[in-house]
Amino acid sequence: MTGKPLTVADYPLAENRPDVVETKAGKKLDDITLDAVISDRVKLEDLRITDRALRQQAEIATAAGRPTLAANFERGAELVDVPQDVIMRIYELLRPGRASSRQELVAAARELRETYGAEGVAAFIEEAADVYERRSLYKKRF
Amino acid sequence: MTDESHARPNRWKRFSDWDERPLRLDKFAAEDAANGFAAFKSPFDPKPGFSLAAGVVESMDGIASRDFDMIDFFIARYHLDPEIAPEAMAMPSLEVARMLVDMNVPRTTLVRLARGMTPAKLAEVVGHLSSLEIAFAYSKMRARQTPGNQAHVTNAKDDPLQMAADAATAVAFGFDEIETTMRVARNSWSNAVACAVGAAVGRWGTLFQCSSEEAEELKIGMAGFTSYAETVSVYGTEKSFIDGDDTPWSKAFLAAAYASRGIKMRCTSGAGSELLMGFHDRKSLLYLEARCLCLQRAMGAQGTQNGGIDGAPVTCTVPGGMRELMAENLIAVWLDLECASGNDARATESEIRVGAKILPYLIAGSDLICSGFGSILKYDNSFNASLLNGEELEDYLVLQRDFEADGGLTPVGETRVMELRARAVDAISAVLEELQLAKPTKDMKQSVVAASGSDETRTFSGRDVAMISEAIFARSITVIDVIKALAARGFTEEAENLLKLVRLRVSGDYLQTSAVVRDGRIVSAVNNPNDYQGPGTGYRLTDERRDEIVAIRDVLTRQEVLRVEATFRPAEVTRIAYKPVGPAATTRNEREVVIGISPAFGVKLFQTVAGHPLSAILRVLIAGITEGGGTARVVRMRHTADTSFLGLSAARLAGSGIGIGIQAKGTAVIHQKDRLPHNNLELFSNSPITKLEHYKRMGLNAAAYALGEMPEPVIVPTRGEAMGSRYHARVSLIYAIETEMTSEGAEPEEIDVTFIGAAA
Repeated sequence: MTGKPLTVADYPLAENRPDVVETKAGKKLDDITLDAVISDRVKLEDLRITDRALRQQAEIATAAGRPTLAANFERGAELVDVPQDVIMRIYELLRPGRASSRQELVAAARELRETYGAEGVAAFIEEAADVYERRSLYKKRF
Repeated sequence: MTDESHARPNRWKRFSDWDERPLRLDKFAAEDAANGFAAFKSPFDPKPGFSLAAGVVESMDGIASRDFDMIDFFIARYHLDPEIAPEAMAMPSLEVARMLVDMNVPRTTLVRLARGMTPAKLAEVVGHLSSLEIAFAYSKMRARQTPGNQAHVTNAKDDPLQMAADAATAVAFGFDEIETTMRVARNSWSNAVACAVGAAVGRWGTLFQCSSEEAEELKIGMAGFTSYAETVSVYGTEKSFIDGDDTPWSKAFLAAAYASRGIKMRCTSGAGSELLMGFHDRKSLLYLEARCLCLQRAMGAQGTQNGGIDGAPVTCTVPGGMRELMAENLIAVWLDLECASGNDARATESEIRVGAKILPYLIAGSDLICSGFGSILKYDNSFNASLLNGEELEDYLVLQRDFEADGGLTPVGETRVMELRARAVDAISAVLEELQLAKPTKDMKQSVVAASGSDETRTFSGRDVAMISEAIFARSITVIDVIKALAARGFTEEAENLLKLVRLRVSGDYLQTSAVVRDGRIVSAVNNPNDYQGPGTGYRLTDERRDEIVAIRDVLTRQEVLRVEATFRPAEVTRIAYKPVGPAATTRNEREVVIGISPAFGVKLFQTVAGHPLSAILRVLIAGITEGGGTARVVRMRHTADTSFLGLSAARLAGSGIGIGIQAKGTAVIHQKDRLPHNNLELFSNSPITKLEHYKRMGLNAAAYALGEMPEPVIVPTRGEAMGSRYHARVSLIYAIETEMTSEGAEPEEIDVTFIGAAA
């Protein structure tokens, strides 16, 4: 990558810019073959999206005039390395009545920020913490 | 009670007839905004409004920011662009509505304005449009240029064999996405594996989802079996949102989580959900949907499943309900969201309402016209019956052909479908065996391949399926294991296809707006944007695509008509001989009726459209004339094949002045020499339902006219059959064979008819 943001002309990356696409372990798309799967050189882990790919797609979405979609990709990029159980726990906590106080959500935000560097998502959860307080969502639901 | 009142009928019986129509199973609701039954307008809807203070939204649609509920807050914070809003909100709504249907105003201009519009403003603008204008604007505003479609693939037994066969079938018919769900929640893993394998048969690229509980669905996605999700539901009032057990932030977090797993995701919302949940806040359906859609754009979803969805049936009970469903879809695409445009829940029992509902979408196109189309039979649809289902799939294929409209599907021949179904059943069986999950028997497999629906299958029990599903989950089987199992058992193509689908995740290209895979390439709103700007622009059928769409089964050709006719010849020559005996002259026999037969009668054509051999027709006509006291003479006309002129020419040759004209297809007329060509005595135009007894009576009546009597005309009773649609293609081809044999000025020819043996 030259550092210049990707544009719609680069899209789809798998077809037009395979040079910028790689798995977390550094494999290229051409390395992901049936033979490689059979011989265990490619595992499920290699078929995961990377934070880099999501940021690249965010650049393309921005270039295509879709800033909110780009923001979602940016949040997704921050969550790539967050384990599934943590994702599900925080999702659950964000549902109505799950957190009993603002502090629980703020703590979840801190965890995402400090452990995974998910600054944007953390801020997003802190914002939810404030709105939930104003809208009285910290009450027990039966 | 007096006799008089006793005798007086108290009901026009037509109402009783109407009571029996499927339509009367639909129930209709009175418009009642206070109780949520208002499509476009409620007195409780807010007026569009907006104000900024120091670059921050101060009020929106009459609500001050300090009073914002969660939805207002989220929309104001993430949807509204403060740089555009002052300009967009100041524009008169009617003017914006006109821009939506003005082909000279580019889509991009309107998409920009939408970012500065509040929910009430968006609703007010589209409220100015008629149904036709909404459909047109939808066609102009939808994000991806090429239309597509989505299928439901489910079955009542959650049978993995049928799931695979039906998935392969749906893929063959061209669906871009297939969606499954299950009758029993714990069968989700079995369904996911079976659908993933079935969808890899024949071609690759059909995106696949397994609709289940949020956490479970994400897990199935993580195991690599599914490629998209659309169960992220949002609602238009805060109370219904909370009742749905989510908030805008929890859903937005989930949206980001799907992105982080490389899974395409769209939200779901639709009119009527708040009404069904009891928290409509007395607002119109459209205004609430406008809120949902602004929220979805705010969350950063690439698209929406929208257009009533589960609320479509209740929306369709309200005046303007179907128009409202179209209007909310328009708001979705105006907000630049991919739109899987509903047309899924069967909103009516009336086939006419079904056809009317789908048509605007078919001709306007949509990212995914149905979300989805029930590719299986109604009773097998675990989402509940769709607007269109397996029963009606061919109707839809014909609608595509009728309107030369790309509804995303392609006709497939019987042989190909059987090959694919067998292959899919073999493939999933191989996977089940290789992973030691089950051993399907030959009988199970065969019953599934041929079955139209699960009533006809002899397959796994519910308990078997639950055990397969729980084993897949317990043993953490992933798509990699399935790919390896396919490869190990020689299903290399399917293994490759499945791998290619999962590999899409690495680059994430299919996360962009409106992405589908066509011919192995990603097609989305990024590289295939809708650039409609009037005739000649936007999506047009290519010649190749048109060829695919028109190729439905059982189409008639001239060769086929002639081939079928030729098969009747051998039998006819054993029953009748036509011997030409020179030019026909007029006689003085006052009892004579002339039967004028058409040029191809008994020469190239041998039976009527109703299937009567022409020998039998002539036999009864002559018998009728004779029994009626007349004499019959047969003359072949060679100057015309038209019924009226056949009859009139025959009448002019007859000593009585009465003639019968008859075409090979069976259309006949009784004529009199002094009448105008089309002012005959009796016409038998419905040849497909004309029986031999009618021809016999026709002979009798012709004789009666010849003797100067006034007989009771023969009536061929019709029950309103769509005669033209059943027969006109064949009739036109047959008639062309007749007209080709005419030549101007050719003299009528006397025919000596001999009947051989008994009547046919």
